[in-house]
Amino acid sequence: MLEITNLHAQLAPASLNEQSSRGPAPGGEGKKILQGITLAVKPGEVHAVMGPNGSGKSTLAHLLAGREGYTVTEGQVRYDGKDLLALSPEERACDGVFLGFQYPVEIPGVSNLYLLRTALNAKRKRQGLPEIDAMDFLAWVKERVKQMKMDIAMLHRGVNEGFSGGEKKRNEILQMLVLEPRLMILDETDSGLDIDALKIVSEGINLMRSPQRAILLVTHYQRLLDYVKPDFVHVLARGRIVKSGGPELALELEQKGYGWLEAA
Amino acid sequence: MSATPKDLENLLKRREYAAGFSTDIESETVPPGLSEDVIRFISARKGEPDWLLEWRLKAYRRWLKMVEPRWAHVHYPRIDYQAISYYSRPKSLAERPKSLDEVDPKLLETYKKLGIPLKEQERLAGVAMDVVFDSVSVATTFKDTLKKAGVIFCPISEAIREHPDLVRKYLGTVVPFGDNFYAGLNSAVFTDGSFVYVPKGVRCPMELSTYFRINERNTGQFERTLIVADEGSYVSYLEGCTAPQRDENQLHAAVVELVALDGAQIKYSTVQNWYPGDEEGRGGIYNFVTKRGDCRGRASKISWTQVETGSAITWKYPSCILRGDDSVGEFYSVAVTNNRQQADTGTKMIHVGRNTRSTIVSKGISAGHGQQSYRGLVRVLPSAQNARNYTQCDSLLIGGSCGAHTFPYTEVRNPNAHLEHEATTSKIGEDQLFYCRSRGISEEDAVSMIVNGFCKQVFKELPMEFAVEAQKLLSVSLEGAVG
Repeated sequence: MLEITNLHAQLAPASLNEQSSRGPAPGGEGKKILQGITLAVKPGEVHAVMGPNGSGKSTLAHLLAGREGYTVTEGQVRYDGKDLLALSPEERACDGVFLGFQYPVEIPGVSNLYLLRTALNAKRKRQGLPEIDAMDFLAWVKERVKQMKMDIAMLHRGVNEGFSGGEKKRNEILQMLVLEPRLMILDETDSGLDIDALKIVSEGINLMRSPQRAILLVTHYQRLLDYVKPDFVHVLARGRIVKSGGPELALELEQKGYGWLEAA
Repeated sequence: MSATPKDLENLLKRREYAAGFSTDIESETVPPGLSEDVIRFISARKGEPDWLLEWRLKAYRRWLKMVEPRWAHVHYPRIDYQAISYYSRPKSLAERPKSLDEVDPKLLETYKKLGIPLKEQERLAGVAMDVVFDSVSVATTFKDTLKKAGVIFCPISEAIREHPDLVRKYLGTVVPFGDNFYAGLNSAVFTDGSFVYVPKGVRCPMELSTYFRINERNTGQFERTLIVADEGSYVSYLEGCTAPQRDENQLHAAVVELVALDGAQIKYSTVQNWYPGDEEGRGGIYNFVTKRGDCRGRASKISWTQVETGSAITWKYPSCILRGDDSVGEFYSVAVTNNRQQADTGTKMIHVGRNTRSTIVSKGISAGHGQQSYRGLVRVLPSAQNARNYTQCDSLLIGGSCGAHTFPYTEVRNPNAHLEHEATTSKIGEDQLFYCRSRGISEEDAVSMIVNGFCKQVFKELPMEFAVEAQKLLSVSLEGAVG
């Protein structure tokens, strides 16, 4: 489903007009972040990507979703055999790629319901389907709001507007349940969650596990992996995968930290 | 792969003005220039009574001594007031049509193109409309229905003939001719506009609407609108404006006066889409307008809602004088400046009576090289016990070459006053855009979604039919804002 081959990427020249708070930091132009990543994800698999701060985990996640600000200098990414990097972020999303944000963005005045419907219809349009019936859509969404143990009233609030950190993360998973992507990239979805919220979020993720879908979990901690069992664990350090293994690798990391791998 | 901010700027420039056509129609236009003779000509053409001609001449003499205001944060070459023609009307209207069937089909075609079918059966149910083409009023619809309710809604020139006492009683009482330079000019040369009178206790049975269109080259449009809501009455009024696409600038200096007596409510909405000029800043309308409402009666209420997307330069501060005790003033505004547009707009809330309340919500959107200033005054006089004001002004910037400025003024001379002011400036962040795009929404749709979200507080104040129009207009105004 996803084949990353020898991927090298660096920060693009800083844009003059826009500098985003979450995107690449200014002044780092030309800094190499990914230095030869190779990774194959098959349908039905769950891969965890772990690693210390600054190892390139989030860059990898954003790059796969199409965030601007990075230049790919070498290598390629294929998704269903297509050149993923040639697609715009919206095309990737409509083709089934989903990025769960570490810091979900607030959009005041735009209701969650409206965002979801617009997104779902964009996807249906690309698939050549008509717009979804309003009543069917509402039923579909409400069911998923319940699964995420959220208040139905949140649908009419602005996107992430005034949401707590935990609510924002749950909202990410809600969007994922509604849009039903095939490749889910979750960037530190577990950070900032209390134990109850972590369980709800994990249950949401598990609902999406299927032989047709794949998940890439980017995380610092073993904690999430207790609830969402990965098939493979990869350790990223200095822009490379330095070690891959089964779920037991995550436990080993929990005990030993990253030092022994970074030195390797 | 995906767009850079540079593409964003390039795409921003590609906005097209849908109302930019002109109508080839024979007009009677007076030669450019302003003098007492021209004013006498206009007054005579309109068959006005002597008192009005005198009033115009007084205004003119006063105007000659006034200076054009220069304090606004806008830049433009000096206007040659002798190069403007002060009166133009389609020849076919020399005899005002008795009914729509007599209106020149070309004119009807123009309004059809603009999406304003005049034929009553085609009208949205419940909206009566007056249409002003250059200097004259073309048609007023739904007259009979309104007449039954006792509501007078007609061109002001007609009101001057048919209801001279009412006009005389209120004209110039809210915006006197000496008020400011443009109001003075308007008082001297105003050609047409709308007049509304809602009698005591009457709730106007439908939305009233006026559509303004500048067609002739080198003409100014100086309309004058007067709305009087008698005790306990209610009226909702909407004006819309467009002009053809031309290389030279055209002047629009209107005056709007609202009077609300005891317990009366006036809701005045504007969707202004005058030609904004091209991307280099050539052409476009200079929109120098004085709008003021007088809450003359106790517990009266005046509410201004404006969506301003057009004009090369906007200079406009719809205001409320809260004279009656317990009266309420509101100002909700969305203003867009794109390409080389400049706007200096805001409001004035003058608290005179006790327990008067005012709310100001201003949303400014700047894109391209647009420059926008919010300028608002809240004045609380010593007589205004327990006055309250809430002000919120938010600016949204798209791209890196535009500007947003805020000039709030407050003058409080009563210690019991309670004022709140909130202001924010934000950019449409790449974060927000990327977030929407990563959900499958195109960049264009994302921008329009974010902008509409930003303006929601104001749009919900518009009459429903027009809220939809306003949203569409906003999307068109920012079309290609990003790519």
